Amino acid sequence: MTNSTFTRRGVLKTGAVTGAGLALPTIFTSSASAFTNEPTGNTVTFGFNVPQTGPYAEEGLDELRAQELAVEHINGIGDGGMLNTFTSKALDGTGILGKKVQFVTGDTQTKSDAARAAAKSMIEKDGVVMINGGSSSGVAVAVQSLCQEAGIIFMAGLTHSNDTTGKDRKANGFRHFFNAYMSGAALAPVLEKAYGTERRAYHLTADYTWGYTQQESIQSFTEALGWQTVNNVLTPVGAGDFSSYIAPVLNSGADVLILNHYGGDMVNSLTQAVQFGLRDKQVNGKNFEIVVPLYSELMAEGAGENIKGVFGSMNWNWQLQDAGTKAFVQSFGQKYGRPPSNSAHTCYVQTLLYADAVARAGSFNPCAVAEALEGFEFDGMGNGPTLYRAEDHQCFKDVLVMKGAENPTTPFDTLEVVEITPRAQVEYAPNHPMFGGDEASLGQCNSGA
Amino acid sequence: MFGLSSKDTRFLLIVVFLTLATPILLQPFPEGSSLAQFNAGYPDLMQKFAIFGIFAIGFNILFGLTGYLSFGHAAFLGVGSYTVVWMYKLLGYNVLPGLVLAVIVSALFALLIGFISLRRSGIYFSILTLAFAQMSYNLAYSVLTPITNGETGLQVYSNDPQILMGENSPTSPHLFGIVMRESTQFEVGGWLFTLNNGYYFCAVIAILAFYLSLRIFRSPFGMMLRAIKTNQTRMNYTGLNSRPYTLAAFVISGMYAGLAGGLLAAMDPLAGAERMQWTASGEVVLMTILGGAGTLMGPVLGAGFIKYFENIFSKINDGVLHAWFAFLPDGLEDLVVALIHPFVGKGWHLTLGILFMLVVIFLPGGLVEGGQRIARLFRSKKTKTAGPGGRNRDHQPKPAPHVAE
Repeated sequence: MTNSTFTRRGVLKTGAVTGAGLALPTIFTSSASAFTNEPTGNTVTFGFNVPQTGPYAEEGLDELRAQELAVEHINGIGDGGMLNTFTSKALDGTGILGKKVQFVTGDTQTKSDAARAAAKSMIEKDGVVMINGGSSSGVAVAVQSLCQEAGIIFMAGLTHSNDTTGKDRKANGFRHFFNAYMSGAALAPVLEKAYGTERRAYHLTADYTWGYTQQESIQSFTEALGWQTVNNVLTPVGAGDFSSYIAPVLNSGADVLILNHYGGDMVNSLTQAVQFGLRDKQVNGKNFEIVVPLYSELMAEGAGENIKGVFGSMNWNWQLQDAGTKAFVQSFGQKYGRPPSNSAHTCYVQTLLYADAVARAGSFNPCAVAEALEGFEFDGMGNGPTLYRAEDHQCFKDVLVMKGAENPTTPFDTLEVVEITPRAQVEYAPNHPMFGGDEASLGQCNSGA
Repeated sequence: MFGLSSKDTRFLLIVVFLTLATPILLQPFPEGSSLAQFNAGYPDLMQKFAIFGIFAIGFNILFGLTGYLSFGHAAFLGVGSYTVVWMYKLLGYNVLPGLVLAVIVSALFALLIGFISLRRSGIYFSILTLAFAQMSYNLAYSVLTPITNGETGLQVYSNDPQILMGENSPTSPHLFGIVMRESTQFEVGGWLFTLNNGYYFCAVIAILAFYLSLRIFRSPFGMMLRAIKTNQTRMNYTGLNSRPYTLAAFVISGMYAGLAGGLLAAMDPLAGAERMQWTASGEVVLMTILGGAGTLMGPVLGAGFIKYFENIFSKINDGVLHAWFAFLPDGLEDLVVALIHPFVGKGWHLTLGILFMLVVIFLPGGLVEGGQRIARLFRSKKTKTAGPGGRNRDHQPKPAPHVAE
């Protein structure tokens, strides 16, 4: 390329033109605004950062559907969904504070780096005031700290690790989803009722942070029941073949297998455990049982027949019968022809809650919005009366204990609700040792000013 | 100038100009226009261009010159990032100590891996490096969680020691007070340009890295590496021990990767394990081949292309498409959107894959070869009109191509 013949005159000419071009900018406008990405026109932009490729792409797609629906409802298109049942009436279907809501999307790829790059591009290029969604705790923690640094609000999507609102909690981040501790607290009484107090549990745990917190929580709750923990084996993520981990369970003397796995790992480990005949076995004079602490619709679909009768927990399910859930399921079903998943619900609700908080605060300033969300009590969004706790920005609401249905009639009701655990039973102190103890702090709210 | 021939100096100056003017060149469309979607002049992406440019330049020193295809370079990227974040945690947010240490640590790491892997060549070498990188990834992801914070990624917490932090020190990465995150924005007409401190920091380092690689390409050492690529057996028969040379090339390119990883953490104080995954190693191979292996400019171009696709194409969703084609009648609009849909948004991999296939099939020398062909097209026209001298060009020995191309 550089072989082209440069003439002295040519170089001078180009130089002069470029110089003139560079000298042109005479109007320097200072971009002084009160906070990061203050919306100035008649629109405001939300950023929806979800996995569109990779193992959780299906969940990401459902989150995206729900967020699109939420934006329609905020802008007054469609039937309004949960806005009709929501106890706060600050939103009136004309956008937020007179501004129509737009959105941009990004692909987290379920990788912290990619998620942060997507989030940064939404903040720096598209000028978003909030980021919503995601489908992994690692990603949630990474994006949450980015939003804290940049000075915008982050609403975590599907993140179940205690750390998100535990040791990694941030003033600019909120989580609607439940966590590993709550799963343990909700599951324990049901397990006690079904399997008794004399059990020996064997844990297979996904070898990363979420797996550790999940295992820690469920172990402490089952041990409180009187169960013994025989062993805890860490399995590599995405192992595919779990047979070498399941075979030792047979001779360990354990009579319950707890699978602290998620997504494809859970589908594989559960399927293989059933194929090994674990569930037909008798150990210590009792039926061998399997427990999967965290369920999702996607996993239930993947595991098919094998989840029949297996207990697990969930944040929300479309089969709930309250008015909010019904309204949401109806408008989601009308638009997409299928019931929403638990991750779709979380992202939908969070979008509405953010919009509502802005309307109540009367400002898009992230610190004002955070203040409006802190300690906010509401109802009508599914799960009954709900609280966004001020101390750690964790949402508290009823938690569902689920069981694989014996006779599912459609691909969507493979799980059935066993019990709705009341909120009081899953509450804990903000400085609980599993949540970073006394050292964990939200820090200062950052508006980017 | 700078110990370079006049041609190389001119080449270097062009690169310097392009790098410094990037924030302006990458914003060709005014804000608010429907094509603003294609603007890439925002800090994060520009930083990525520079950083992955450095990564690819370094990789090219190994792959382009010696022909040794390493599939494990992401390991050094990760090591560099972790080093810098640990320096933040222990010392403070100044990026300098971390970056220096990142280069040193990745050099040691590369020495170790290279010493073992370089006992084999060809596919066996690739597999060995791949194995080492996957090993590092799995260690970082789970086994070494206390050091790397596992899947969540290593971050700075408020209760970290940070012994060099003063009262008024910035609370994000900085170089002696110049905060990386901060930018100056200015508007000209409808255009908005962002001059970011972090980008210029990366750009200056990228230029230095490029200059160094240019010097290596031109040096006797570079010639020796090229000889290894051409025929290593013959080299050995002449009594030369080629291993010290390959090892040196491996360590140098490992240092480049460590520097790039360190810079990633210098721009964004987080180090994640997936930076070491084999996909990340594969990415730099793609970058180099897409741009043109063995050329100086190619890998940088390739890095830019891949990062552009990843960040710009992945964000075009159906809503954006509908806005673009709103002028078409309804049925036709839906058809056009449905046709384009698989190639944008989550389908950006597909578009990139097709591009990669086309390049490999039709331009084996990468994008650089494409540029050369176009340049030659113009040049041959010029020479034809120039006179009888140019007509017999095909029958004369060709001059050796300039490696800078």
